[in-house]
Amino acid sequence: MTDATLAPATTASRRNWSRFALRWTLFTLLGLFALFYLMPLFVMITTSLKSLEEIRTGSLIAFPREVTFDAWRTAWSEACTGIQCEGLRPFFWNSVVIAVPAVAISTMLGAANGYVIAQWRFRGANLIFSLMLFGCFIPFQVVLLPMARMLGLMGLAGSIPGLIFVHVIYGIGFTTLFFRNFYVTIPQDLVKAAKVDGAGFFRIFWSIFLPLSLPIIVVTVIWQFTQIWNDFLFGVSFSQAGTQPVTVALNNIVNSTTGVKEYNVDMAAAIIAALPTLLVYAVAGKYFIRGLTAGSVKG
Amino acid sequence: MAPILDITNLRKNYGATEILKDINVSIEPGDFLVLVGPSGCGKSTLLNCIAGLEPISGGRIEIGGRDMTRVSPKDRDIAMVFQSYALYPTMTVARNITFGMKVRGADAATQERKLKEVAAQLQIEALLDRRPGQLSGGQRQRVAMGRALVRDPKLFLFDEPLSNLDAKLRVEMRTEIKKLHHNLGATMVYVTHDQIEAMTLATKIVVMKGGVVQQIGTPAEIYNKPANLFVADFMGSPAMNLIPARAQPNGEGTRIEMDCGGSAPIVLKDSRATGLPQDVILGVRPEDIAEAGFRAGEGVQEAACLIDMVEPAGADTYVVSNLGGKQVTARLHAETRAQPGQMLDLAFDLSKVSYFSPATGERLN
Repeated sequence: MTDATLAPATTASRRNWSRFALRWTLFTLLGLFALFYLMPLFVMITTSLKSLEEIRTGSLIAFPREVTFDAWRTAWSEACTGIQCEGLRPFFWNSVVIAVPAVAISTMLGAANGYVIAQWRFRGANLIFSLMLFGCFIPFQVVLLPMARMLGLMGLAGSIPGLIFVHVIYGIGFTTLFFRNFYVTIPQDLVKAAKVDGAGFFRIFWSIFLPLSLPIIVVTVIWQFTQIWNDFLFGVSFSQAGTQPVTVALNNIVNSTTGVKEYNVDMAAAIIAALPTLLVYAVAGKYFIRGLTAGSVKG
Repeated sequence: MAPILDITNLRKNYGATEILKDINVSIEPGDFLVLVGPSGCGKSTLLNCIAGLEPISGGRIEIGGRDMTRVSPKDRDIAMVFQSYALYPTMTVARNITFGMKVRGADAATQERKLKEVAAQLQIEALLDRRPGQLSGGQRQRVAMGRALVRDPKLFLFDEPLSNLDAKLRVEMRTEIKKLHHNLGATMVYVTHDQIEAMTLATKIVVMKGGVVQQIGTPAEIYNKPANLFVADFMGSPAMNLIPARAQPNGEGTRIEMDCGGSAPIVLKDSRATGLPQDVILGVRPEDIAEAGFRAGEGVQEAACLIDMVEPAGADTYVVSNLGGKQVTARLHAETRAQPGQMLDLAFDLSKVSYFSPATGERLN
C-alpha cells in the first residue's frame, strides 16, 4: 500500500477499481457455482412438496403452487418397497441401528490403534500402519465374496450385527489413519512425563490422550457416519428382507413402483434418507473443518 | 557416602550407530550434576537412559544403591522436567501437579497438602485453576517444576528446562533453581548446552561430545584445567585463546615462542612447564591476559602485541590481537588506552595457562 499512497491519485484509483472488479468477478463466479450445486436440492425439495398433478403440468424449477406434505407421509410410512408397503420407516431404523454402533466401535478402535502406532513405537509399527492404510484403498467389490463367506462362517449372514461387523472392519483403516495422524502431532514428551509420573499404557490413553481428541473424534464420527449411512453396496449384499438399510429401501421405492411414477414421493424419500448426514454436518460441521486443520496441540 | 546415582560402562546404540560410548559417572546425594555439550552429543539420551525412558544397550545404572538398569521409569523414584514442559494440556495446573500422586493412589488430603506446599514454594497459588494454554512460558516452567517437586524423589532430572525462555527469565529461573537445590538439598541431574548454566549451577560437570565423556569435574576444574582442546574451547565465554606455539626447554622452565603477525615472534618464559614437546597449543583465558602493569605475580610475563580491534563491553574492554595465526582476545580493564593498530604491552599470566598437544588435543601440563 505504501507505493500506492505515494503514487499519483489517478494510478491509485485505477488500481482500486481493478481490485474491485476482480473481487466482484470472483464473487459472481462463486455464486454461480453455489447455485449450480444447490439447484438439484432445490428441485428435490420443491418437487417433494408438489402434488403429482402439479408435477405433470408445471415447470421443473417452479415453486409449488400448493404446498402438500402428502408425498413425505407416503415416503415415510406408506410407500412400497417390493411387496412390503410400510415406507422408509423400518429401514431408516435399521440404518440407525447399524450406523450408531458401527461408528462408535470403529472410532474407539481407531483411537486405540492410532495411539499405539503414533506414541508407542514398536518393531513393525510402520508396516502395520501401511497395511491398514492399504485397507482403506481396497475397493468394496473385492471384499464382497470373501466377506460373504466370513459372515456365513460366523453365523452373521444377512443380520444387522453382520453389517455392523463389516462396517467396523472396513472403517478401521480410516479411523486409525485419522487418529494416528492426530496423535503424531502430540509431543512424545507428554507420554514420557506421564510415564515418569507413574501412569501406564491405558492410564495415559484415558487421562491424557482421549481428553485431547475431541476435534479428531468429531472428524472421525462425521466421516464414518456418512460412509456407513450412505453405503449401498454392503447394505444390498449382506442384508435380507428385514435388515435392509435405508439406502437399499430407497432404491426399492424408486424402482418398484408400478403405474405412474411418483416423483414427489421419490424426492421426499431421497431427502429423508439423506437427512441424517445433512444434520450431522450442520451440527458438527465447524468442528469438522477445525479438526481437519488442527495442527499441533500446544502444551 | 554411597553414590546416589552410579552409572557404569553405559552404552547405547541405535542400530549400528553408537550414541553413548562407555559412560561412567557417579554422584553423591546433594550433588548437582550438569551434563553439557553441543547438540547431538548424547547428553539428553543419557538423561533419558537414567530416567528409564530409553533402554540401554549395555552397562548398569544404580539409583540409591539399587540396580535400576531394567526397572521402568515409574519405579525409579525420579522426577523429570522436560524442555517442552510436557504439561498435560487438558488438565488444570493443580491436576497437572497432582496427577502423579493420583496415579500412585495417594489420598486426597495428602494430595491437597503437598499441592499447597509446592504451590507456595513456587509462587503459583494463583494459577492452580488455569490450563497450561493460559500460562506464559515462565509460568509453565514453574508448573513443570512443581510437578517434579511434589514427588519428593531421590533424583531430579532436568532436560534443558530453560532453553525455551527469553534471556532475562532464563537468568532468573537459573538463580531460582540454584536456590531450590540449596534449600531442598536434593540431588539433581541437569542437561544443558549452555556452558554458563553449567558453570553457575553445577557442583559437578560432565562435558560430552559425540557420545563420549570428555571430562568430569567441578566447575573450577573444568574451567581452569580443561582436559583437552574441545573442553577448553567449549567452556567459557569468550572462549579460551588457543595459540599454536613452539616450546623449548630453557634452564628450569620452558621458552614459549608465538608468531606475531609480521613482526618478531613473542617470547615468554614459563618457569614451571617442563617436558613439553616442540609444538604445543597454548591455552590462555582472556582474563589471564591483562594490560602490562595491571597484573603482577609469579608467572606473569609481559610482551608487546599489535592490537587489531578494541571492543568496550562496559565493565571490561576486550582487545583482539593476532598471535600464532589466531585471533587472541584479552580482557582488559574498562579504562584501557589501547588503540587499534598500535602496539600495547600485555601481561600473560603463565601460572594459569594450559598446554595441549596439537596432534591429540590432550592436555599436557
